[in-house]
Amino acid sequence: MTENPKHLHGENCINFTLDGREVHAHEGETIWQVAKREGIDIPHLCYSPEPGYRADGNCRACMVEIEGERVLAASCIRKPANGMKVNASNHRAKTARDMVFELLVSDQPKRETSHDPISKFWTWADKMGIETGRFPEREKVGADRSHPAMAVNLDACIQCNLCVRACREVQVNDVIGMAGRGYHEKIVFDFDDPMGNSTCVACGECVQACPTGALMPSSLVNAENVRTEYPDKQVNSVCPYCGVGCQLTYNIKDDKLLYVDGKNGPANENRLCVKGRFGFDYVHNPQRILKPMIRKEGVPKTPHEFIDPANPWTHFREATWDEALDKAAQGFLKIREEQGPKGLAGFGSAKCSNEEAYLFQKLVRTGFGTNNVDHCTRLCHASSVAALLEGVGSAAVSATFNEVKNSDVIVVIGANPTENHPVAATFFKQAAKRGAKLVVMDPRGHALKRHAWRMMQFKNGTDVAMLNAMLNVIVEENLYDKQYVQTYTEGFPAFAEHVKQFTPEEMEPICGIEADTLREVARTFARAENAIIFWGMGVSQHTHGTDNARCLIALSLITGQIGRPGTGLHPLRGQNNVQGASDAGLIPMFLPDYKSIENPEIRGAAEQKWGVQLDPKRGLTVVEIMDAIHADTIKGMYIMGENPAMSDPDLNHAREALAHLDHLVVQDIFLTETAVYADVVLPSSAWPEKDGTVTNTNRQVQMGRKALPLPGEAKEDWWITIELAKRMGLNWTYTHPRDVYPEMASMMPALDNISWERVEREDAVTYPSDAPDKPGRDVVFDQGFPRPGGFGKLVAAKLTPPDETPDHEYPFILTTGRQLEHWHTGSMTRRATVLDAIEPTAIAAVSRGTIAQLGILPGDMIRVSTRRGSVELSSRQDDAIPDGVVFIPFAYVEAAANLLTNPALDPFGKIPEFKYCAAKLEAMPVREAAE
Amino acid sequence: MNAPNTLTLSKTSGFDGSGGRGRKARRTPKGRQVDTQALEEIRGLLTDRPRRRDLLIEHLHLIQDKYGHLSAAHLTALASEMKMALAEVYEVATFYAHFDVVKEGETPPPAITVRVCDSLSCAMAGAEKLLADLPGQLGKDVRVIRAPCMGACDVAPVVAVGHVQMFKADTGAIVNAVKAYEHAYAAQPITSFDVYRKDGGYALLKSCLDGARTRDDMIKAVDDSGLRGLGGAGFPTGRKWTFVRAEKGPRLMAVNGDEGEPGTFKDRYYLGLDPHRFIEGMLLAAWVVEAKQIYFYLRDEYPELRLMLLDEIAKVEAAGLSPHTTINLRRGAGAYICGEESAMIESIEGKRGLPRHRPPYVAQVGVFGRPTLVQNIETLYWVRDIVEKGASWFTSHGRRERKGLRSFSVSGRVKSPGVKLAPAGVTIRELIEEFSGGMQDGHTLKGFLPGGASGGVLPESLADIPLDFGTLEPHGSFVGSHAVVILSDRDDMKAVALNLMKFFEDESCGQCTPCRVGTEKAVKLMEHGPWNEALLNELSTAMRDASICGLGQAAPNPLQSVMKHFPDDVKKPLKGW
Repeated sequence: MTENPKHLHGENCINFTLDGREVHAHEGETIWQVAKREGIDIPHLCYSPEPGYRADGNCRACMVEIEGERVLAASCIRKPANGMKVNASNHRAKTARDMVFELLVSDQPKRETSHDPISKFWTWADKMGIETGRFPEREKVGADRSHPAMAVNLDACIQCNLCVRACREVQVNDVIGMAGRGYHEKIVFDFDDPMGNSTCVACGECVQACPTGALMPSSLVNAENVRTEYPDKQVNSVCPYCGVGCQLTYNIKDDKLLYVDGKNGPANENRLCVKGRFGFDYVHNPQRILKPMIRKEGVPKTPHEFIDPANPWTHFREATWDEALDKAAQGFLKIREEQGPKGLAGFGSAKCSNEEAYLFQKLVRTGFGTNNVDHCTRLCHASSVAALLEGVGSAAVSATFNEVKNSDVIVVIGANPTENHPVAATFFKQAAKRGAKLVVMDPRGHALKRHAWRMMQFKNGTDVAMLNAMLNVIVEENLYDKQYVQTYTEGFPAFAEHVKQFTPEEMEPICGIEADTLREVARTFARAENAIIFWGMGVSQHTHGTDNARCLIALSLITGQIGRPGTGLHPLRGQNNVQGASDAGLIPMFLPDYKSIENPEIRGAAEQKWGVQLDPKRGLTVVEIMDAIHADTIKGMYIMGENPAMSDPDLNHAREALAHLDHLVVQDIFLTETAVYADVVLPSSAWPEKDGTVTNTNRQVQMGRKALPLPGEAKEDWWITIELAKRMGLNWTYTHPRDVYPEMASMMPALDNISWERVEREDAVTYPSDAPDKPGRDVVFDQGFPRPGGFGKLVAAKLTPPDETPDHEYPFILTTGRQLEHWHTGSMTRRATVLDAIEPTAIAAVSRGTIAQLGILPGDMIRVSTRRGSVELSSRQDDAIPDGVVFIPFAYVEAAANLLTNPALDPFGKIPEFKYCAAKLEAMPVREAAE
Repeated sequence: MNAPNTLTLSKTSGFDGSGGRGRKARRTPKGRQVDTQALEEIRGLLTDRPRRRDLLIEHLHLIQDKYGHLSAAHLTALASEMKMALAEVYEVATFYAHFDVVKEGETPPPAITVRVCDSLSCAMAGAEKLLADLPGQLGKDVRVIRAPCMGACDVAPVVAVGHVQMFKADTGAIVNAVKAYEHAYAAQPITSFDVYRKDGGYALLKSCLDGARTRDDMIKAVDDSGLRGLGGAGFPTGRKWTFVRAEKGPRLMAVNGDEGEPGTFKDRYYLGLDPHRFIEGMLLAAWVVEAKQIYFYLRDEYPELRLMLLDEIAKVEAAGLSPHTTINLRRGAGAYICGEESAMIESIEGKRGLPRHRPPYVAQVGVFGRPTLVQNIETLYWVRDIVEKGASWFTSHGRRERKGLRSFSVSGRVKSPGVKLAPAGVTIRELIEEFSGGMQDGHTLKGFLPGGASGGVLPESLADIPLDFGTLEPHGSFVGSHAVVILSDRDDMKAVALNLMKFFEDESCGQCTPCRVGTEKAVKLMEHGPWNEALLNELSTAMRDASICGLGQAAPNPLQSVMKHFPDDVKKPLKGW
């Protein structure tokens, strides 16, 4: 970043002398930063110029002389003053810096056996010509290889505390500390525990920050912890996992991913979590499907059957692409002919690109001739989307999560971001550290609790009672923003009347939160300068999910906490491209950009664009499609990158449906539990193997870049969809996602001013963007809402109990979700070495009380049963879980949580009640391990 | 306590659907879990005390006092109770010398600990012999450890049995004290609250609170007297008050009672002599800068004074003399560095005592980020007298054009060591002869420390220089906290320098490279063989130039001054006492 100092003017400009030169500094700039700009390279170790790192000035490698001062100053932390005379290159400054390096070099492992010969430390030492030290060395400490992802070599540690800042100030995971004093000072994990036994969540921020090789990705070092691996190529892209959309850099050697670095994207500012940083080697897993496969003649489809993904030849045979594609297309054509378009359906994927989502829905709509197209959004935020479209006319977030930097009250409800949106959580924790009031509302007491100003651990399924009580307080105590309500909302009088009945005193026994707390939090939210609400599946995955979201929308609207920096509504989107796939029309009721398929005018425009007639009726949703297969209405399906045999509720029902299909085409990178029932399996691309855009939870359209060759005969997903389309009579001529993007964008006003080239150039562009050269808007709804009259609509929510409540036979509440290490149904993450090592198998998290009640020890096997099924798995004693509740992550096929879940649907969003059903827990007889 | 279970990395990559290949999942979430019994014990100790983070060190004291150590289970429970991370608690607990962290499987320390002061005056008085003899005499059930200066250098050697100090200690007395094992009790102030009040005490404070005096009057009086910060830096007190008052409120005040500079014991002396003269000064200063909270940080080595002050402060509060502020007495935990004002502030905030970078100065950004007036105990002790008797009373003292009174802590080879109230500008020779009864018999003055461990070591030839702020700097030395240690022909100057360097090595906070590594390397180079003077000088320059705070910057002073002023000693092999 070179800037002409002549352009620095005004009172904020500081003029001083650096090495005899007149130079200028912006307000807040340090001497080091000015020197860097001026081309004077001052060594630095404990200082990192990367975003989020506070200068600490402890290593003293960057000392400069300030004339008139008794001692030297650390240039990384010292700001110049007008008239100051700074000598960065004189003998005194250089001598001091050299001595600092010599002292440190004296205690380092020998140059030739150094852990990382190209570390920042050695790079500087080389530059300064300091190879050895004249001082006696101190005793060496041993290595710590207890963690599957990171090698700890404290003999190279220089106590610069960058890793402490990484862990505590940037990621706010608070695992690393600097213990002891003086030269006994030592980097510790928790209580000086082995890293692998500590509370470390393996975000790897410390590894990226460490300047010496004291902390390294273990994938780079040999058994002696000496670096042996160096990349030959780097590619910038986006993380394939969650909706946060972290930008990253793939470091590649011989076409294999070696390690991953965080990159400075707008959402992540260099940060990553364990999945993004260490969960990449699934792409190289030997179980990748390398050739198209066709089901062997006469092999039946049996529900719950298991096929060894390493040996699919019991059920499948190899095929050429032509044969497989022909067979896939012919199967669809046959059903379309015999059953009509209604006999077909497709599940696209929120893990594929925008272009692939667009092509998929276009194929289903124009090739299959039906709107039976959906994807996992149905299982995530369908209810949120329904409520948002109804209330504020748009399903996207009103503000980026990074806006918490401007918030003084932050509500996180029904979300566990430290596990599911770990990088977003870092910004929440930072805000809390800065003094913003973080209110966590969740039946589970998860990791954010420690940072919370108020933790409202309410009873499962009583969201509406709790939220209506808060709305009651705000209305009854006249805390609502009258002017905002009048200008920007409709339906307030009826709404106010409705919430009158929900007094905090009456809601207290229902939701389990004291009336005083309900009042205090309601008042704090209403009176906040800027308050923002985040929510996740805990809100949406209920039969009253839409009502839950309606309450949150009302909370924002009546207090006017929306449309300004630091305010708004933000449903944290789950998958890397669930926002983009939904935007692109991968849902049964909407064409791209949430335009109703049932609106003749809109449909007409699409028909004109696509040159075919479209089905005028909305299609079926995920769970409805499964029901339609059972009802013999749907006979054929195209499933791209989704795994309903693990992700749908009531898997007995779902797997039976999949097995019942006449024709199932599955396109995936592994032989998933769904592919078991396929007639044709098409090997496709992992995210780092293709180009394409994705849209994160922040409405940021980002560029995913091809970094690796496709393995075997695998093909990009977009290519496969195009080939199928051609075989179904569609005249598609796209040759690359960049050919698809303009057509898609032309149907999506949200993407106005955001061209493929712009995304490629800028890596990320937030929509909406007002001009091709203007950054997108982080905050929307500053002037009302995209609804008739610009009004936000207040919708009353009544109390609805969960569909299935505990009783004598099933006395526990089962709730499901995700874990930090495992993504979705585990198809990728369980094949990632590090993630698999950290969380190898299924667990059921229960309270100490439940452990005692069952008469077992933590870790013992238990059986969890519901009216729909039963699984056996290890218990985990977890203080976050209240008594009477069991939490099971749904990533594990060996104990699939969704065998147990209740398929009852929210009437508006059609989302199943994954977060609540009645269950029974039993201790398992202890079996002797067969050895 | 559930031992965290270890993860093993499977060499074979990939998932085969067989349920984790028989590997066990963790029985609990990652890392240590809270032990319910330990949590109950912690709650029992904390009762209704606030769980604020700044009270962490106070809470750690509660546990250490009750259980004799800090077990991992208790620390885990405390972290949970205070909503802190494990590392945040552990790093503080392991920073301070008076906490004993005991992890699972480790043996807790014996119930009784005997700390033997091995700082210079005590070393000269036979500390090493005590350290050699005591373990054998006391047996395995008593822990004997080295400790830094305990602030009683005039009655060396000093040991602490538990928290109770013994003066001019010998092995027999220590053995008896261990048998009797007593807890510290509150000291009786020589001037009681009632006597102090009868004598006109707190009248000045009342006149301020009643509006009879203005804040500007107070500042002017102190300014005119030339009173300077007597903790060692010598910053003019009136100017400090003016600076702090100019900052936007709310402002705070902190009192530095972490008298840890080896050789210094004057603050202890004044607290025991007339605590209310100090308390009144403190309340006056808080009134001047309108500090609503006073954080009075007292070193843990003075438990009898802490207990006394708790009583005396309660009396002051009960008498309605502190309506304008609240006094929070905070207990140090064994760290010399916390005498550095910004490190003390970090410690008051419940953290490790790491000095902060300047700018900003603590007057601008101090405790909890607020503008803070930081004063030493003795400085406040003089405020009442200066205002009541007039600035000219204070300035009437002084020799050789220096003005004011100075309290010298004199120890070492003199006949009558102790706190000597002397005019500014007095010389070492005058201090020895006029104030300290002359040299001990059989000892000839060879050199002296004018300002504790940091102030360097000067030779007899410089014994006629006036002692005051600014007079010794040309000789690479300073008067600092006026801690004078007199050395004789029987003292090996190499051993003196090594003793002081070891002190700095032990007490370095570890934050910056020149001090953390520099003190350690210097000790290694000084311990064995002939000194590599060139390298030691290079190292000293870097430590002086590049350390963050005064500790590291001053740590080479004794080494360099010994090399400069005692070349003959440097050539000889290292001796001891």
